[in-house]
This record gives sequence, structure tokens and C-alpha cells, in this order.
Amino acid sequence: MSASSTADVPYVAKTKVGRFTNFVDERVGGSGILREFGRKVFPDHWSFMFGEVALYSFVILLLSGTFLTFFFDPSMAETHYQGSYTPLYNVEMSVAYNSSLNISFDVRGGLFMRQVHHWSALLFVASLSVHMLRVFFTGAFRKPREMNWVVGGVLLILAMAAGFTGYSLPDDLLSGNGLRIIDGVIKSIPVIGTYISFFLFGGEFPGTAIIGRLYVLHILLVPAIILLMIVIHLFMVVVHKHTQYPGPGRNDGNVVGYPLGPVYAAKAGGFFFIVFGVIALMAAAFTINPIWNYGPYDPSPVSAGTQPDWYIGFVDGALRLMPGVVNDFHFEYIVFGHTLTLNVLLPALVPAGILFTVLFTYPWIERWITKDDREHHVLDRPRNAPTRTAIGVAGFTWYCVMWAAAGSDLIATHFHVALNDVTYWLRALFFLGPILAFIVTKRVALALQRKDREIALHGRETGRIVRLPHGEFIEVHAPLDEYKRYRLVGFESLAPLPAVPNEHGVVTRSEKRRAALSKWFFEDRVAPASPAELEAAHAHGHHEAIEAGADQKSLTH
Amino acid sequence: MKALSQKRRHPLAAVALLLMGLLLTGGLYAIATTVNQAKAETTSFSASDAEEGKKLFEANCATCHGMGASGTKDGPSLVGVGAAAVDFQVGTGRMPMQMNGPQAQKKPQQFNEEQTRQLAAYVASLGPGPSIPEEHLLDEKGDAAAGGELFRVNCAMCHNAAAAGGALTRGKFAPALGDVTGKHIYEAMVTGPQNMPVFNDANISPEGKRDIITFLKKIEANGSPGGADLGSLGPVSEGLFVWVAGLGVIIAFTIWLTSRTS
Repeated sequence: MSASSTADVPYVAKTKVGRFTNFVDERVGGSGILREFGRKVFPDHWSFMFGEVALYSFVILLLSGTFLTFFFDPSMAETHYQGSYTPLYNVEMSVAYNSSLNISFDVRGGLFMRQVHHWSALLFVASLSVHMLRVFFTGAFRKPREMNWVVGGVLLILAMAAGFTGYSLPDDLLSGNGLRIIDGVIKSIPVIGTYISFFLFGGEFPGTAIIGRLYVLHILLVPAIILLMIVIHLFMVVVHKHTQYPGPGRNDGNVVGYPLGPVYAAKAGGFFFIVFGVIALMAAAFTINPIWNYGPYDPSPVSAGTQPDWYIGFVDGALRLMPGVVNDFHFEYIVFGHTLTLNVLLPALVPAGILFTVLFTYPWIERWITKDDREHHVLDRPRNAPTRTAIGVAGFTWYCVMWAAAGSDLIATHFHVALNDVTYWLRALFFLGPILAFIVTKRVALALQRKDREIALHGRETGRIVRLPHGEFIEVHAPLDEYKRYRLVGFESLAPLPAVPNEHGVVTRSEKRRAALSKWFFEDRVAPASPAELEAAHAHGHHEAIEAGADQKSLTH
Repeated sequence: MKALSQKRRHPLAAVALLLMGLLLTGGLYAIATTVNQAKAETTSFSASDAEEGKKLFEANCATCHGMGASGTKDGPSLVGVGAAAVDFQVGTGRMPMQMNGPQAQKKPQQFNEEQTRQLAAYVASLGPGPSIPEEHLLDEKGDAAAGGELFRVNCAMCHNAAAAGGALTRGKFAPALGDVTGKHIYEAMVTGPQNMPVFNDANISPEGKRDIITFLKKIEANGSPGGADLGSLGPVSEGLFVWVAGLGVIIAFTIWLTSRTS
């Protein structure tokens, strides 16, 4: 079909379906979109799928959440429970808790949907977090993806906000205790804290307004912003194209993988149902947030084992770790007649503040240190960026110490140790854990790099011992095939960048700081085996040690 | 039924029938006598009970609690703790104590029911104290909802709202309340064993205690309507489950989905 004929004679499909499809296509341009997106190439790796899991969990959250809104009533008016759960029969409670109980016991499929909603919420934040860890440890946040990293960070905070507002809605004892802690944290903020608390709760805690307000945030504002952020996030993924792990034939100028249509799209669609199935299975067989156990909220009782959902746990843990007094040193002061409670303010806001500040600024910190302004589409293997990996693991360890502290009472009862000892150990680990994790991780990464180098140069140990005619025993090393060797040698090993004077010939103070950090970042490095070294190793034959090349520096410690 | 009717003329049918009859009457008799025994136990002790109890006490308890239960530096005086305290501590195996520690641990009973009764009789004879609760307070027919409210206000801060137990300071803990008999729950409330405070009849009336026991037994019998309860430990076990099992299964699927290409 020539160009002129298509211009002159409009295309007429032969079948009825064809004509109908053509009618739609000419008006919405579907085939163009499909041509563009269907050819979008995605590399295949299991670790690339956590973002997808988070997206699917979010879709399931929207669907199950919509079902729940049909039956949930966010009113804090008082009522007496008349439903079918007898241990709470005729107990005075809020309408919100009453309707949550009705969803659980008197709405067909209600308990299942509640559990689907809650399990998928936990999975949503969990998969989102793992996705972020993957992005961090592979260096996928580097140019041009810094902005998308920030969008991801915003999504994490929004996910936590969505989770917390939802956790509070049933108005049971557990969620009320959680709200009370939030109220305490807000009130610990100097000067404005009390005002914010009274504004948020519509008066003194708990008031009669908070559930309705949280409900609006939970079902309207927060999910809307999450959806917006997801759209921006995915749009940027399309613009930037997907990153890929290093391998033969892969570079910063291409994407090696499968096109979206048809196989990849089918796989992704099927994966949605797998995620849905896993969540449905959990919801059907494992109870989550049994609100009927906790009873209606009343500010007086507090249950043992009161914890927030896992993603707020680290803040709760930090609060638990904070000592009230250290010897005679108090953390609570009266300043101009106002109470300043540092033992609430510090643990509640500082660790989370540090964590998120570092998280949001890290791409720029690394960019400043490395002065690297190139685009990166090929990922780093975590071992090939030892300092970054060590920083990540240190942060992760810090988070986990606080996370564990949120379950300190359960650690004590289940491992038969004293609660005080658990707290003392975790307090020590709060400070020492990240340092230890940094050192250990960096050493492990360097050791793995050395192992890679060794294998690249001498091949794989076969375990086959051969005795030579003159009596010497050697182990036979099998050479690697070129594809495998590429993985071990085809990476970029950054070296410390010394301070350089600016255009006026002055080495500024910030440049000196940058140079010092660069040294700290890259002074311990294992350079990949160079072609010359590989050549030499092959010429030497099997197992003779190749001494470190000229470009391998300062591996003294 | 057809198979049964065909065998009714079997030579051994009469023997089997006789055996069934004997088992039934014997079983009924056994139940009737234990019911009587239980009643006798809660009402009063005979003089010989206290006498026997004294011997048992001197042989097994006096090392720590002293002759005449007057207490030593290793164990407190038991004058005035009442029969309820003995029945709880000995009946749950906490006494005699296996070793010193933050708290006496529950273990298999060291004395049988009769010996426990005798020990209780002896300690009760030393001075007035809480007695073993009467049967009608343990019938689990109180108001479960009212009991639930009392439990949440008075007990849940240590024992957890779902009675799953919780940690206290320095290795002490509030145990889980599943599988604890109503009698022992009642006795614990009136005597305050280990680190538990005493809830006397002015704090929580006997009917209130009956309601609490009713509530606990009811939620235990109810089970978990939403599926496996993961220990009723709240968000910690739920978080652990979603990270280990939920995400674990999903990772297995992601590896499966991407396995063919690499």
C-alpha cells in the first residue's frame, strides 16, 4: 500500500469488528499509543518487580476500601452495640467502632474485605520500602532519576500517612492508644504544639471530631495525592526508560529486555492476579487487627502489647528507647511557664527527621561528592559501590534497631529475657549498630569485589586436584566464559577526586570538604581486572598469582 | 444401622451390652462423686486436713517459708494469705518454686488435689485470709460484656486486651490467660500472686470477677473469627507475617516470573 493511496482512499476494514475498531481508533488514536507503549522495552529481573507489587497493592486497596466505605460510618456519636458479637453486646461505643464491628460480623464478606484492605496496606508499604531499598543499593537514583527518587520518598511518607489515618478509623482501643501517642507528640512541639493538637482534635483529646476528619483524609486527600504521585512516578519511568543491570551488550545508551506487548504486558497482568491471590489468601486464613479483641476506645485503659502497624513502628520504638532521666539529668524543662518535654520531642521527631532528610538529599550528596553529571542507566551491583552500600546498610540497621524496639515487650516475653535488658541493648545498638554495620558491610563488599577479581583473573575453582609429573599438586581452575567474565570486570570503579581550584584559582572550603568526603568514599577500592591483567593472567596459565595492577590503589587496610 | 441390627444375635452381643451398661453406670457414679468432692472442697476443711497439711508443709515448704509459716529471708510469711493463695500457687505448680528468679513460673503440679487441699487447710488455719471461691462464682454464666469492660480497665494493661500476656519490668511478666481455670483466675485476683496487684471485693465485686471469668472463657471458646490469630499479639506479629510470609511468597513468584529469560 503506497502512501498516496492511503491518503486518497480512506481505509475500510473488511469485517464489522474491524470497522468498529477503526472508528474508535481514528478518534482516540489508540494504535499510536499502543505502538509507542507496546514497544517500550523493560529489562527482566525479579528485583524490578517490587514497584509493581506496590502498585497492585494500591489498586487492591482502592477496590477493597471502596467496599468498606459502603458500610463504615465515621461518626463519634455514642451508641450501644447490638450486633452479633456477644462479648461486646450492649457495650457503649462510638458509631465508628459499631460500624467497624458490623462490617466484621454482620456484613456479608465484610471481615474478609477488612482483612484484604489491611493486609494489602501492610504489603503496600512493605513492597514500596523494598523497592526503595533496591533503587538505593543499585544506584538507580542517579541522574536522570533524582527527581523520581524524591517522588518515591514522598510516596513513602504518603503511604505512612494513609496507613496511620486508616489505622485510627475503627476507633478501637488499640487505634485510640496510637492516636493518643500522636497527640502527645504534637503537644510536645514547643509553643504551637498545644494549638495544633486542639485544632486537629477540635478541642481536648479525643474530642468528637477526629475520626471524621481522619476519614476524609484517608479516603479523599491522601489517596488522591498518592494517585497523582504514582502518575508522575510512572510518567517519569516512561521518560527515563527503565534501568538495567550490567551485562554484555548493555550500556547507558540502550535498554535490553522485552517489549511491553504482548508477553510482558500479559506477565504483568497475570502478576496482578498473583498479588491479589496472595493477599486474598492471607485475608482468608490469617486474622489482622482483630478490633473486637480491643474493645471500644476509652482514654483510660491501655492494653499491653500496644503497637502501631509496622511502618510507624520505628517512631514508636524510638520513643520507647528514650530514657526518662539519665542519672540526675532530666529531659523535661519548664521554660517561661511552658513545659518542654525533650524526652518525647527528641525521639519522635529527630530520628525520623534524620532518616527522611538523608533519604531525600542522598542523590545530591553523592552527586556533589563524585562530581558525576553523566546519565546512568546501567545499575551498580551493590558490592561495586562499597561505601554507598555501607551507608545504606548502616541506615537500614539504624531503622531496624528502632523497629525492634517497638516490639521490645514481645521480645522480652517470647525470648524470656528482661524488658530492661532488651531496652539497654537496643539503646547501645542505636548508636553502635549503624557504625558496626557500616564497617562490616564495607569490608564484605570489598571482599566480594576481590573475590570477583580473583575469579575474573584465574577462573572458577573446580575442586579438581591434579598432580604434576614433578610431584606438585595444583587445583585446576576453569576459565569463565566471556559473558560471565563481563559481569565481573565491566563496571566503573570511581577513585577519590582531589580538590581542584575554582576559576579564581582558589580551593574553597566546601571543595576541600568535598575532596575529603570523596577520599572517604573511594579510597578503599578494588579496581576491576583490566584487559592487560586478564591477558597476563591467561598468558601465565592457571593459578599463578597475579599481583595487583598499577591502577589498584591503597588496599592496605 | 443395618449392620448393627444384623449383629444383634451375635453370641457376644449380650456381653457387649453388659459392658456398655457397666461403663455408663460407673461413669455416672464417678462424675457424681467428683461433683460432691468439689463441693466439699470449697466449703470447709476438716481438722485432719489441716493436720495432714501441717506435715506436708513442714516437709516441703518450711525450708523457705519457715516453721509455722512465719517466713524466713528466703520466703514470706504465709500467715493470713488464705486458702486461695495456696490453692493458686500450689495448684498451678508455681509452688514449690523451682528456683529463685524474677517470678515463680507455672509448671506441672507437684502435689495432687488432696495434698493441695490439705496444705490450703493448714495455711488457712494460721490466720484469716481469702478462701477458695465458691462454685457459683465460677459457673461462667455472668455478663461477658460487663466482664470485658472490667478486664480492659483493670487487667489489659498487663495481660493484653486479648489476654495474650505481656512484659513487665526486669524479667517479670503477666502470663497469657488461655487455659487458666476460672478458679485460679479468681484466686489470682483476690490474692495478687507474684507481681499482680490484689483486686479485693471492694475493687471488683465477686460478681464482677465472675463476669471477667465469663468474658475470658467466652473469648477463649469463640476462637478467632478472622482466621489464624498469629498469637493475638497485635501489629508486631502481623508485620512480621507480612514481611516474612507475604513478601516471601511474592518474591518467590517474582523469581518464577523472570526466571526464563536470564
